Amino acid sequence: MMADKIAFGKRLVTKEEYFSSGHRACVGCAEALAVRLACKALGPNVIIVNATGCMEVVSSQFPYTAWSVPWIHTLFENTAAVASGVEAGLKTMKRKGRWPGQEPQVVAMAGDGGTSDIGLQALSGALERGHDFLYICFDNEAYMNTGVQRSSATPFGAATTTSPAGKESIGQVTWKKNMPAIAAAHDIPYVATACPSYPFDLMDKVAKGVATPGPAYVHILSVCPTGWRCAPELAVEIGRLAVQTGIFPLYEIEGGQYKLNVKLSKLKPVTEYLKLQGRFGHLSEATIKEIQDRVDREYAKLMEKATAVAGSS
Amino acid sequence: MAKAESELGWKDLEIGSIVAEPGSAAQYKTGDWKTQRPVLDESKCNKCGLCYIFCPEGCIKQKADGYYEIDLSYCKGCGICAMECPKDAITMVAEEE
Ligand SMILES: Cc1ncc(C[n+]2csc(CCOP(=O)(O)OP(=O)(O)O)c2C)c(N)n1
Ligand code: SF4
Ligand SMILES: [Mg+2]
Repeated sequence: MMADKIAFGKRLVTKEEYFSSGHRACVGCAEALAVRLACKALGPNVIIVNATGCMEVVSSQFPYTAWSVPWIHTLFENTAAVASGVEAGLKTMKRKGRWPGQEPQVVAMAGDGGTSDIGLQALSGALERGHDFLYICFDNEAYMNTGVQRSSATPFGAATTTSPAGKESIGQVTWKKNMPAIAAAHDIPYVATACPSYPFDLMDKVAKGVATPGPAYVHILSVCPTGWRCAPELAVEIGRLAVQTGIFPLYEIEGGQYKLNVKLSKLKPVTEYLKLQGRFGHLSEATIKEIQDRVDREYAKLMEKATAVAGSS
Repeated sequence: MAKAESELGWKDLEIGSIVAEPGSAAQYKTGDWKTQRPVLDESKCNKCGLCYIFCPEGCIKQKADGYYEIDLSYCKGCGICAMECPKDAITMVAEEE
C-alpha cells in the first residue's frame, strides 16, 4: 500500500488534507465534510475561487487559513467571473511561455444562495463562454451563514427564518429550483449531483468534473445540522435518505445524456427523511403527501431521461 | 506552526495582511467545543476506514498498523463516526470537566 494513500477496495484516497482541521464549521457540518472530500479529489494543483458563505467564513478567520491550496475569496455576484478571469489569465501565461509545467485547474465554490440566486448571472456567463473550470455548488438549502434565510434552493415546506411556519404558512411555499438542470441547459460537457454520504461517488465526480475540458458543474447536497435542525450525528444518514427517498437523486449528465449513479428499485417514503429534521416538523399529512407526489413525479421524469440513454447506448 | 490567537500581535502580520502559511487554521484547537467524545475499541474495528472518510474535521488518522486514531484536540464530538461505524466499534461518552 502506498504510504500517502489509503485503499478503499480498488480506490486510493489521499491522506493529505487540503482543508485542515481547526476550521470553525458547526459540529457535524456535512458541508465541511463535502469540501474536505472534494479537496482530496482535486489535489494540490488547483486555484480555488470561493464565494462568501459558511465555507469561506469558517475557513478564513484572519490571519489563519484552513486551505493548503491557493484560494481567493470573492463576492457572491462574481465568483464565476473571477474564476473565468483566473482561467483566462493562466491560459495567456501558458501561451506566452510564462507558466512552466502543468498549470493549475480552476475551481469555483459557492453555496446555494451564492449559486442559484446571487451568482447565477455570472455563472451563466462563464458556462456560456466555455471557460475550462469546475464550479461546485455546496447546497445546504438556505443562506446558513447569516442565520438560515430561505433561498431558491430551499425545499417546499421547510421552515427558515424568512419562510417561517405557523398558522398562516407551511414554511417555504415554492419548489426547489432545479440548478443542475439550469447548468445542463447551457449544454456544458459535464453536470453531476453528489452528496458526501456517498463519498466515493462524490470524489469521482469532482475528479471527473475538474478533468473535463471546458465548464463542469457539480451540485453537492450538504446537510447542515444547524439550519435543518437535526442531530449532528445524523448528518451523513440524512444525506443518504435524501438519495434513497428520491428527493436528491445522484446522476450525471454527460454530453446531454443522463446517467443515474445510485439506482433504487424502490424509493423510501419521504417521511423517513423529513421526520428527522426540525425544519419539517410542522408539516401536515396533506403537505407531506404533496411532497411525496412531487418527488415521485420528478423521479419518474429523471428515470425516463436516464433510461432513454441506457436504451440508446 | 502559526502562533495562537492569544499570542498574536500586529507585528506578526504579513505586509498587506497576506496569509502565507497553508493550513494555519490548525493552530486553533476545536476539541474544546465538544460535549461528548468518541472512544474507539480496536478489538471491534475491521479497519474499514469509514470513520476516517466521514469525519467533517479530518481529525481521524490511520496509524502504521492500519487502525485509526482520533485526534481529540480537533474532534468537535459530532458523533458521525460512531453512527457510521458498521462494527459499532466507536462509542460516544459524555465529556467531563
Ligand atoms: C451581496 C451580499 N448579500 C448578502 C451578504 C451576506 N451574506 C453573507 S454569507 C450569506 C449566506 C450565504 O448563503 P449560501 O450561499 O447558501 O452559503 P452557506 O452559508 O449556506 O454555505 C449572506 C446572505 C453578502 N455577503 N453579500
Ligand atoms: S451553519 Fe450549517 S453549513 Fe454553516 S457551518 Fe454550520 S452546519 Fe455547516
Ligand atoms: Mg446555503
